[in-house]
Amino acid sequence: MKIKKWLASLGLIGLFAVSSVSAKTDPETDRKSFVDYFKNRHSGVEMSAYMNGAYALNQAAYDEWLSIEEFPPYELALGEGEDIWNTPFANGKTYQDCFDTTPEDGLRAKYPHWDDSRKQVMTLELALNECRSANGEKPFGWKKGKIASLSAYVAFQGRGHMIQVSIPNGDALAAYEMGKEFYYTKRGQLAMSCADCHVYNSGNKVRADMLSPALGHTTHFPVYRSKWGAMGTMHRRYGGCNEQVRARSFKAQGPEYRNLEYFMAYMNNGMETNGPGARK
Amino acid sequence: MSIRMRAKEQSGLVTVKALVKHPMETGQRKASDGSLVPAHFIQQITAKANGEIVLEAQWSPAVSKNPYLAFQYDGKKGDTIEIAMIDNEGKTFDGKGKVK
Amino acid sequence: MNRREFLKKAGFAGMLAAAVSAGLTFPKKVWAAWNEQAFKAKKTPDALNKVYGTDSLTDSDKIFMQTPDIAENGAVVPITIQADLPNVESISLLVDENPTPLAAHYQIGKGLRPYVSTRIKMGKTSAVHAVVKADGQLMKATKEIKVTIGGCGG
Repeated sequence: MKIKKWLASLGLIGLFAVSSVSAKTDPETDRKSFVDYFKNRHSGVEMSAYMNGAYALNQAAYDEWLSIEEFPPYELALGEGEDIWNTPFANGKTYQDCFDTTPEDGLRAKYPHWDDSRKQVMTLELALNECRSANGEKPFGWKKGKIASLSAYVAFQGRGHMIQVSIPNGDALAAYEMGKEFYYTKRGQLAMSCADCHVYNSGNKVRADMLSPALGHTTHFPVYRSKWGAMGTMHRRYGGCNEQVRARSFKAQGPEYRNLEYFMAYMNNGMETNGPGARK
Repeated sequence: MSIRMRAKEQSGLVTVKALVKHPMETGQRKASDGSLVPAHFIQQITAKANGEIVLEAQWSPAVSKNPYLAFQYDGKKGDTIEIAMIDNEGKTFDGKGKVK
Repeated sequence: MNRREFLKKAGFAGMLAAAVSAGLTFPKKVWAAWNEQAFKAKKTPDALNKVYGTDSLTDSDKIFMQTPDIAENGAVVPITIQADLPNVESISLLVDENPTPLAAHYQIGKGLRPYVSTRIKMGKTSAVHAVVKADGQLMKATKEIKVTIGGCGG
């Protein structure tokens, strides 16, 4: 989408100097507009609160969430994830051997990132499963169970690290653009885009559910949803959201969802990771 | 140890929080083929502090999946907490830890 | 016969034996029988009768319930009960509109504070009661918790 049209759709046309010469967008301008949009829409909400999603916008739900956070249901996944992380593979190597950073030093925040040698976006779950395959182990499923527990452990150990997604070159920018396009494209029988709910209707209600703001979305994954009664990865949620508007979902860890995650994470640059999360 | 537990002391008050992985099926839920998933839930809990029983509880399947239990008593750091649970199929769960 | 069938056929005593042999540190006499009649009662007064022998309770302003007014998800409703009363013997939690109202029953042992916290399932909007037995007296506090239908499935 050209930058002018995108800004117009956010109701921000006229507020920014827009170059009509170049058709290329500038991600940093996108991000600043994105943040400013939410600052205006939810004035009074601190930037640091956005990592808590809808709970940043709804005091009663926030209080109820705090009760659950006293000993949240993802604690069980943390235990399982810790065991998995610390158990060597049959060949004696460990998960840590696949990574330059430890979970405590912010491994979670290193993903997603652009892998230029493979010309694709890398996500944490993809890297974890590739680590397994590289060491002769069968990969886990992508959406729930062990991958989610492992991801939860890595996320928890790395809470508080800053998201700093970079877009190093034209190929990476193309992936970012595809993610952004996906985000704003209407789909499904209900003809809704991600933005329709989480940007234009952030804070509004769908029946009794308050729509969470897009700003901060990627910070708190993976997530234990009361609805699932279990942990799930970001791509599990993407699939569910697509199906909710009666659109076909895409393959977890396929290019569409990885590019989407890349775009969404870039929008959260400067925020801290705080996963795993507990949500309704 | 199947029960995940945290026990903390502050100003002489110990708060124990416990979670256990369990489906807590009510017996009223339908599986995808239409059949009823049988009731499967934790029925009884016993908790001890330093070997003394402090709590005995009974649960119905109305307690949420992956159930949560918390209780408090007057105690100190280093106290030993033991929790045992048994479900309607006779499966047992246990947890043991020290108050931090 | 597999172990599960054996346990079911052997009944409660069998369960205890199996539990003890499974290495639990708790001796036989610790486990009181699960109060099946109370837990299967379909109405709150019946459940109370089965637990306490009466359904006559006094309202108390010394029982504090921390509950959401509107449950975000009826499958996971956090409830904390605290009683500012001496000699509390037990605390029960009942949900009027659940198919079987008695959700949980706690025997407060020596040295335990009259405080319990848990998360429960609620089928629909309902009055929720915290019933406390202290010094032989039966008291309660009640809160209504609304359960709504969400819009964000997936």
